[in-house]
Amino acid sequence: MVEIALPANSRVKKGVTRTAEGPLKAPRTLKVYRWNPEDGENPRVDSYVFDADDCGPMVLDALLKVKNELDSTLTFRRSCREGICGSCAMNIDGQNTLACTKGLDDVKGDISIYPLPHMPVIKDLVPDLTDLYAQYASIEPWLKTDTPQPQNEWRQSREDREQLDGLYECILCACCSTSCPSYWWNSDKYLGPAVLLQAYRWLADSRDEKTGDRLDDLEDPFRVYRCHTIMNCAKACPKGLSPAKAISEIKKMMVEREV
Amino acid sequence: MSDQSSSRPLSPHIQIYRWTLTMMLSILHRATGIALYAGSALLAWWLMATASGPEAYALVRDISGSWIGRLVLFGYSWALFHHMFGGVRHFIWDTGRGFDLKHVELIARSTAIAPLLLTGLAWVLGYMYLGTWS
Repeated sequence: MVEIALPANSRVKKGVTRTAEGPLKAPRTLKVYRWNPEDGENPRVDSYVFDADDCGPMVLDALLKVKNELDSTLTFRRSCREGICGSCAMNIDGQNTLACTKGLDDVKGDISIYPLPHMPVIKDLVPDLTDLYAQYASIEPWLKTDTPQPQNEWRQSREDREQLDGLYECILCACCSTSCPSYWWNSDKYLGPAVLLQAYRWLADSRDEKTGDRLDDLEDPFRVYRCHTIMNCAKACPKGLSPAKAISEIKKMMVEREV
Repeated sequence: MSDQSSSRPLSPHIQIYRWTLTMMLSILHRATGIALYAGSALLAWWLMATASGPEAYALVRDISGSWIGRLVLFGYSWALFHHMFGGVRHFIWDTGRGFDLKHVELIARSTAIAPLLLTGLAWVLGYMYLGTWS
Protein backbone atom coordinates (compact mmCIF):
# COMPACT_ATOMS: atom_id res chain seq x y z
CA MET A 1 0.00 0.00 0.00
CA VAL A 2 1.07 3.54 -0.73
CA GLU A 3 1.98 5.20 2.56
CA ILE A 4 3.76 8.47 2.04
CA ALA A 5 4.31 9.41 5.71
CA LEU A 6 6.74 7.52 7.89
CA PRO A 7 5.39 5.69 10.98
CA ALA A 8 5.67 7.66 14.25
CA ASN A 9 8.71 5.71 15.44
CA SER A 10 10.53 6.36 12.14
CA ARG A 11 10.24 10.15 11.87
CA VAL A 12 13.67 11.68 11.64
CA LYS A 13 14.70 14.24 14.27
CA LYS A 14 17.48 16.78 14.24
CA GLY A 15 20.78 15.46 15.54
CA VAL A 16 24.08 16.88 16.70
CA THR A 17 27.04 18.33 14.82
CA ARG A 18 30.61 17.24 15.40
CA THR A 19 33.48 19.09 13.82
CA ALA A 20 37.02 17.85 13.34
CA GLU A 21 39.63 19.73 15.32
CA GLY A 22 42.27 22.05 13.92
CA PRO A 23 42.25 24.15 10.78
CA LEU A 24 40.37 22.35 7.98
CA LYS A 25 41.79 22.95 4.51
CA ALA A 26 38.65 21.75 2.68
CA PRO A 27 35.81 21.39 5.20
CA ARG A 28 32.87 19.29 4.02
CA THR A 29 29.83 17.99 5.88
CA LEU A 30 28.38 14.49 6.00
CA LYS A 31 24.74 14.44 7.13
CA VAL A 32 24.15 10.89 8.27
CA TYR A 33 20.99 9.06 9.36
CA ARG A 34 21.46 7.56 12.81
CA TRP A 35 19.34 5.12 14.77
CA ASN A 36 20.41 3.28 17.87
CA PRO A 37 18.27 0.23 18.77
CA GLU A 38 19.29 0.55 22.42
CA ASP A 39 18.30 4.10 23.37
CA GLY A 40 14.58 3.98 22.47
CA GLU A 41 14.80 7.30 20.60
CA ASN A 42 13.61 8.17 17.10
CA PRO A 43 16.13 8.26 14.23
CA ARG A 44 18.06 11.51 13.80
CA VAL A 45 20.46 13.10 11.30
CA ASP A 46 23.92 13.90 12.70
CA SER A 47 26.34 16.22 10.92
CA TYR A 48 30.07 15.62 10.73
CA VAL A 49 32.42 18.31 9.46
CA PHE A 50 35.65 16.76 8.22
CA ASP A 51 38.66 17.79 6.15
CA ALA A 52 38.15 16.51 2.59
CA ASP A 53 41.73 17.53 1.79
CA ASP A 54 42.99 14.88 4.21
CA CYS A 55 40.64 12.09 3.08
CA GLY A 56 40.37 9.50 0.30
CA PRO A 57 38.26 10.39 -2.75
CA MET A 58 35.16 8.26 -2.10
CA VAL A 59 32.15 8.65 0.19
CA LEU A 60 33.21 5.41 1.92
CA ASP A 61 36.59 7.01 2.69
CA ALA A 62 34.77 9.89 4.37
CA LEU A 63 32.55 7.52 6.40
CA LEU A 64 35.61 5.59 7.57
CA LYS A 65 37.42 8.82 8.44
CA VAL A 66 34.42 10.00 10.49
CA LYS A 67 34.17 6.64 12.24
CA ASN A 68 37.90 6.62 13.00
CA GLU A 69 38.28 10.23 14.07
CA LEU A 70 34.93 11.72 15.09
CA ASP A 71 32.40 9.08 16.12
CA SER A 72 33.28 5.41 16.57
CA THR A 73 29.60 4.52 17.12
CA LEU A 74 28.71 5.26 13.46
CA THR A 75 27.59 1.93 11.99
CA PHE A 76 27.60 0.82 8.35
CA ARG A 77 28.45 -2.23 6.25
CA ARG A 78 31.50 -2.28 4.02
CA SER A 79 33.92 -4.86 2.77
CA CYS A 80 35.64 -4.84 -0.62
CA ARG A 81 35.87 -1.05 -1.17
CA GLU A 82 35.90 -1.62 -4.95
CA GLY A 83 32.28 -2.10 -6.01
CA ILE A 84 32.14 -5.89 -6.16
CA CYS A 85 30.67 -6.97 -2.80
CA GLY A 86 27.67 -4.63 -2.61
CA SER A 87 27.91 -4.23 1.17
CA CYS A 88 28.09 -0.43 1.32
CA ALA A 89 24.88 0.17 -0.67
CA MET A 90 23.13 3.24 0.75
CA ASN A 91 21.25 6.37 -0.29
CA ILE A 92 23.77 9.12 -1.00
CA ASP A 93 22.65 12.57 -2.17
CA GLY A 94 19.15 11.24 -2.86
CA GLN A 95 20.14 8.25 -4.96
CA ASN A 96 20.98 4.66 -4.09
CA THR A 97 24.54 3.68 -4.87
CA LEU A 98 27.69 2.16 -3.39
CA ALA A 99 29.61 4.42 -0.99
CA CYS A 100 32.89 2.95 -2.24
CA THR A 101 32.39 3.93 -5.89
CA LYS A 102 30.62 7.28 -5.31
CA GLY A 103 33.14 10.14 -5.41
CA LEU A 104 32.91 12.96 -2.88
CA ASP A 105 33.43 15.29 -5.84
CA ASP A 106 30.23 13.94 -7.45
CA VAL A 107 28.18 15.59 -4.69
CA LYS A 108 27.82 19.35 -4.43
CA GLY A 109 27.47 20.85 -0.95
CA ASP A 110 26.60 18.75 2.08
CA ILE A 111 26.55 15.00 1.57
CA SER A 112 23.30 13.42 2.81
CA ILE A 113 23.50 9.72 3.62
CA TYR A 114 20.53 7.50 4.51
CA PRO A 115 20.11 3.73 4.66
CA LEU A 116 18.57 2.01 1.62
CA PRO A 117 15.00 3.43 1.44
CA HIS A 118 11.84 1.86 2.86
CA MET A 119 13.61 -0.91 4.76
CA PRO A 120 13.59 -1.84 8.45
CA VAL A 121 16.73 -0.38 10.04
CA ILE A 122 18.95 -2.56 12.23
CA LYS A 123 21.27 0.30 13.19
CA ASP A 124 22.31 3.59 11.50
CA LEU A 125 23.01 2.77 7.83
CA VAL A 126 22.45 -0.98 8.16
CA PRO A 127 19.11 -2.16 6.70
CA ASP A 128 17.49 -5.54 7.30
CA LEU A 129 17.60 -7.38 3.95
CA THR A 130 16.13 -10.67 5.26
CA ASP A 131 12.92 -10.44 3.19
CA LEU A 132 14.82 -9.57 0.02
CA TYR A 133 17.07 -12.61 0.46
CA ALA A 134 13.99 -14.79 1.02
CA GLN A 135 12.52 -13.46 -2.22
CA TYR A 136 15.81 -14.24 -3.95
CA ALA A 137 15.70 -17.83 -2.65
CA SER A 138 12.08 -18.12 -3.87
CA ILE A 139 13.13 -17.88 -7.53
CA GLU A 140 15.50 -20.86 -7.02
CA PRO A 141 18.62 -19.19 -8.37
CA TRP A 142 20.51 -22.24 -9.53
CA LEU A 143 20.75 -24.40 -12.65
CA LYS A 144 17.76 -26.76 -12.89
CA THR A 145 17.86 -29.61 -15.41
CA ASP A 146 16.18 -32.90 -16.37
CA THR A 147 19.11 -34.12 -18.46
CA PRO A 148 21.53 -36.27 -16.43
CA GLN A 149 24.63 -34.44 -15.22
CA PRO A 150 27.31 -34.59 -17.93
CA GLN A 151 30.76 -36.06 -17.21
CA ASN A 152 32.35 -32.65 -17.55
CA GLU A 153 30.85 -29.18 -17.32
CA TRP A 154 27.51 -28.09 -18.86
CA ARG A 155 28.51 -26.77 -22.29
CA GLN A 156 27.25 -23.50 -23.72
CA SER A 157 27.97 -21.76 -27.05
CA ARG A 158 29.60 -18.34 -27.01
CA GLU A 159 26.38 -16.83 -28.36
CA ASP A 160 24.32 -18.43 -25.58
CA ARG A 161 26.85 -17.28 -23.00
CA GLU A 162 26.52 -13.71 -24.31
CA GLN A 163 22.83 -13.80 -23.38
CA LEU A 164 23.95 -13.60 -19.75
CA ASP A 165 25.96 -10.40 -20.22
CA GLY A 166 24.30 -7.55 -18.34
CA LEU A 167 22.79 -10.09 -15.91
CA TYR A 168 25.61 -12.09 -14.33
CA GLU A 169 27.37 -8.89 -13.19
CA CYS A 170 24.65 -8.21 -10.60
CA ILE A 171 26.13 -8.15 -7.08
CA LEU A 172 22.77 -8.14 -5.24
CA CYS A 173 23.51 -4.87 -3.45
CA ALA A 174 19.75 -4.05 -3.43
CA CYS A 175 20.26 -0.47 -4.69
CA CYS A 176 17.68 -1.08 -7.45
CA SER A 177 14.95 -2.81 -5.43
CA THR A 178 15.04 -0.17 -2.69
CA SER A 179 14.91 2.67 -5.25
CA CYS A 180 11.66 1.34 -6.73
CA PRO A 181 8.40 3.01 -5.55
CA SER A 182 6.48 -0.13 -6.57
CA TYR A 183 8.72 -2.16 -4.28
CA TRP A 184 8.28 0.42 -1.49
CA TRP A 185 4.50 0.00 -1.61
CA ASN A 186 4.29 -3.74 -2.38
CA SER A 187 7.47 -5.40 -1.18
CA ASP A 188 5.43 -8.15 0.47
CA LYS A 189 4.11 -9.35 -2.91
CA TYR A 190 6.19 -7.74 -5.67
CA LEU A 191 9.60 -9.39 -6.15
CA GLY A 192 11.33 -6.13 -7.09
CA PRO A 193 14.00 -5.35 -9.71
CA ALA A 194 17.01 -7.15 -8.15
CA VAL A 195 15.24 -10.48 -7.73
CA LEU A 196 13.54 -10.19 -11.14
CA LEU A 197 16.85 -9.49 -12.88
CA GLN A 198 18.13 -12.67 -11.22
CA ALA A 199 14.99 -14.54 -12.28
CA TYR A 200 15.64 -13.50 -15.87
CA ARG A 201 19.29 -14.50 -15.54
CA TRP A 202 18.08 -18.14 -15.14
CA LEU A 203 15.33 -17.80 -17.76
CA ALA A 204 17.96 -16.58 -20.25
CA ASP A 205 20.42 -19.39 -19.48
CA SER A 206 20.53 -21.87 -22.39
CA ARG A 207 21.55 -24.69 -19.99
CA ASP A 208 18.52 -24.30 -17.73
CA GLU A 209 15.67 -26.72 -18.56
CA LYS A 210 12.95 -25.39 -16.24
CA THR A 211 12.03 -22.21 -18.13
CA GLY A 212 8.33 -23.15 -18.18
CA ASP A 213 8.18 -23.82 -14.43
CA ARG A 214 10.03 -20.61 -13.74
CA LEU A 215 7.55 -18.59 -15.84
CA ASP A 216 4.59 -20.36 -14.17
CA ASP A 217 5.96 -19.29 -10.83
CA LEU A 218 6.21 -15.64 -11.90
CA GLU A 219 2.75 -15.57 -13.54
CA ASP A 220 0.94 -13.56 -10.89
CA PRO A 221 -0.59 -10.06 -10.70
CA PHE A 222 2.05 -8.93 -8.20
CA ARG A 223 5.32 -10.82 -8.55
CA VAL A 224 6.27 -9.30 -11.94
CA TYR A 225 3.46 -7.01 -13.00
CA ARG A 226 3.85 -4.40 -10.23
CA CYS A 227 6.70 -3.11 -12.40
CA HIS A 228 5.45 0.14 -13.97
CA THR A 229 8.71 0.98 -15.74
CA ILE A 230 9.47 3.90 -13.42
CA MET A 231 13.17 3.37 -14.28
CA ASN A 232 14.61 4.22 -10.86
CA CYS A 233 16.22 0.76 -10.84
CA ALA A 234 18.28 1.27 -13.99
CA LYS A 235 19.28 4.77 -12.90
CA ALA A 236 20.42 3.53 -9.48
CA CYS A 237 22.35 0.39 -10.50
CA PRO A 238 26.03 0.99 -9.59
CA LYS A 239 27.05 -1.71 -12.09
CA GLY A 240 25.23 -0.03 -14.99
CA LEU A 241 22.76 -2.91 -15.46
CA SER A 242 19.10 -2.52 -16.41
CA PRO A 243 16.69 -4.50 -14.25
CA ALA A 244 13.88 -2.67 -16.11
CA LYS A 245 15.03 -4.25 -19.37
CA ALA A 246 15.27 -7.71 -17.75
CA ILE A 247 11.71 -7.36 -16.40
CA SER A 248 10.51 -6.30 -19.83
CA GLU A 249 12.12 -9.46 -21.28
CA ILE A 250 10.29 -11.59 -18.68
CA LYS A 251 6.98 -9.95 -19.64
CA LYS A 252 7.77 -10.65 -23.32
CA MET A 253 8.52 -14.33 -22.59
CA MET A 254 5.21 -14.61 -20.75
CA VAL A 255 3.29 -13.15 -23.70
CA GLU A 256 5.22 -15.14 -26.30
CA ARG A 257 4.35 -18.52 -24.78
CA GLU A 258 0.65 -17.59 -24.73
CA VAL A 259 0.42 -16.76 -28.46
CA MET B 1 14.85 -10.74 18.00
CA SER B 2 11.14 -10.50 17.14
CA ASP B 3 10.63 -7.77 19.76
CA GLN B 4 13.48 -5.86 18.24
CA SER B 5 12.38 -6.22 14.63
CA SER B 6 8.89 -4.92 15.38
CA SER B 7 10.34 -1.76 16.93
CA ARG B 8 12.70 -1.14 14.05
CA PRO B 9 12.11 2.14 12.22
CA LEU B 10 11.37 2.24 8.51
CA SER B 11 14.08 4.08 6.60
CA PRO B 12 12.97 7.28 4.78
CA HIS B 13 11.95 6.75 1.16
CA ILE B 14 9.98 9.20 -0.98
CA GLN B 15 10.92 11.98 1.48
CA ILE B 16 14.61 11.70 0.60
CA TYR B 17 14.80 10.10 -2.88
CA ARG B 18 15.86 12.55 -5.56
CA TRP B 19 13.07 13.10 -8.07
CA THR B 20 13.66 11.96 -11.61
CA LEU B 21 11.68 12.81 -14.74
CA THR B 22 10.66 9.18 -15.26
CA MET B 23 9.40 8.99 -11.66
CA MET B 24 7.31 12.14 -12.18
CA LEU B 25 5.96 10.91 -15.52
CA SER B 26 4.91 7.62 -13.93
CA ILE B 27 2.86 9.50 -11.33
CA LEU B 28 1.47 11.91 -13.96
CA HIS B 29 0.45 8.96 -16.14
CA ARG B 30 -1.65 7.61 -13.30
CA ALA B 31 -2.98 11.07 -12.33
CA THR B 32 -4.00 11.91 -15.91
CA GLY B 33 -5.62 8.47 -16.20
CA ILE B 34 -7.79 9.30 -13.19
CA ALA B 35 -8.50 12.80 -14.58
CA LEU B 36 -9.73 11.20 -17.82
CA TYR B 37 -12.48 9.39 -15.88
CA ALA B 38 -13.79 12.79 -14.75
CA GLY B 39 -13.27 14.17 -18.26
CA SER B 40 -15.33 11.35 -19.76
CA ALA B 41 -18.15 12.25 -17.39
CA LEU B 42 -18.00 15.83 -18.70
CA LEU B 43 -18.16 14.50 -22.25
CA ALA B 44 -21.18 12.35 -21.38
CA TRP B 45 -22.84 15.35 -19.72
CA TRP B 46 -22.37 17.39 -22.91
CA LEU B 47 -23.73 14.57 -25.12
CA MET B 48 -26.76 14.09 -22.88
CA ALA B 49 -27.42 17.84 -23.01
CA THR B 50 -27.33 17.85 -26.81
CA ALA B 51 -29.96 15.11 -26.77
CA SER B 52 -32.26 16.71 -24.21
CA GLY B 53 -32.97 20.07 -25.78
CA PRO B 54 -31.88 23.66 -26.34
CA GLU B 55 -32.14 24.79 -22.70
CA ALA B 56 -30.00 21.95 -21.33
CA TYR B 57 -27.50 22.52 -24.12
CA ALA B 58 -27.36 26.25 -23.45
CA LEU B 59 -26.60 25.57 -19.78
CA VAL B 60 -23.70 23.26 -20.61
CA ARG B 61 -22.42 25.73 -23.19
CA ASP B 62 -22.53 28.62 -20.72
CA ILE B 63 -20.75 26.66 -17.99
CA SER B 64 -18.10 25.16 -20.22
CA GLY B 65 -17.66 28.50 -22.00
CA SER B 66 -16.92 30.39 -18.78
CA TRP B 67 -13.27 30.99 -18.00
CA ILE B 68 -13.27 28.32 -15.33
CA GLY B 69 -15.01 25.90 -17.70
CA ARG B 70 -12.41 26.58 -20.36
CA LEU B 71 -9.64 26.05 -17.83
CA VAL B 72 -11.11 22.64 -16.93
CA LEU B 73 -11.42 21.73 -20.61
CA PHE B 74 -7.84 22.88 -21.23
CA GLY B 75 -6.67 20.62 -18.40
CA TYR B 76 -8.75 17.76 -19.76
CA SER B 77 -7.28 18.11 -23.24
CA TRP B 78 -3.75 18.17 -21.79
CA ALA B 79 -4.52 15.08 -19.68
CA LEU B 80 -5.76 13.32 -22.82
CA PHE B 81 -2.62 14.14 -24.80
CA HIS B 82 -0.34 13.38 -21.86
CA HIS B 83 -1.94 10.02 -21.12
CA MET B 84 -1.84 9.11 -24.80
CA PHE B 85 1.87 9.88 -25.08
CA GLY B 86 2.49 8.03 -21.80
CA GLY B 87 0.75 5.05 -23.37
CA VAL B 88 3.01 5.29 -26.41
CA ARG B 89 6.06 5.46 -24.10
CA HIS B 90 4.98 2.31 -22.29
CA PHE B 91 4.17 0.65 -25.61
CA ILE B 92 7.76 1.25 -26.80
CA TRP B 93 9.16 -0.17 -23.57
CA ASP B 94 6.79 -3.16 -23.76
CA THR B 95 8.53 -4.17 -26.99
CA GLY B 96 11.82 -4.34 -25.06
CA ARG B 97 13.28 -1.31 -26.84
CA GLY B 98 14.63 2.02 -25.58
CA PHE B 99 16.00 0.79 -22.25
CA ASP B 100 19.50 2.27 -22.39
CA LEU B 101 19.56 5.35 -20.19
CA LYS B 102 20.18 7.76 -23.07
CA HIS B 103 17.00 6.65 -24.84
CA VAL B 104 15.07 6.44 -21.57
CA GLU B 105 15.73 10.17 -21.02
CA LEU B 106 15.00 11.03 -24.68
CA ILE B 107 11.68 9.17 -24.63
CA ALA B 108 10.77 10.65 -21.25
CA ARG B 109 11.50 14.23 -22.33
CA SER B 110 9.67 13.84 -25.64
CA THR B 111 6.56 12.42 -24.00
CA ALA B 112 6.58 15.24 -21.42
CA ILE B 113 6.98 18.10 -23.91
CA ALA B 114 4.94 16.88 -26.91
CA PRO B 115 1.59 16.86 -25.03
CA LEU B 116 2.16 20.48 -23.92
CA LEU B 117 2.84 21.59 -27.50
CA LEU B 118 -0.09 19.62 -28.93
CA THR B 119 -2.48 20.94 -26.28
CA GLY B 120 -1.42 24.49 -27.10
CA LEU B 121 -1.74 23.80 -30.83
CA ALA B 122 -5.20 22.26 -30.47
CA TRP B 123 -6.46 25.29 -28.55
CA VAL B 124 -4.91 27.81 -30.94
CA LEU B 125 -6.45 26.00 -33.90
CA GLY B 126 -9.73 25.70 -32.06
CA TYR B 127 -9.93 29.43 -31.41
CA MET B 128 -8.73 30.28 -34.92
CA TYR B 129 -11.28 28.18 -36.77
CA LEU B 130 -14.15 27.49 -34.40
CA GLY B 131 -14.38 29.73 -31.41
CA THR B 132 -14.02 33.20 -30.03
CA TRP B 133 -11.91 34.62 -27.26
CA SER B 134 -14.91 36.25 -25.57
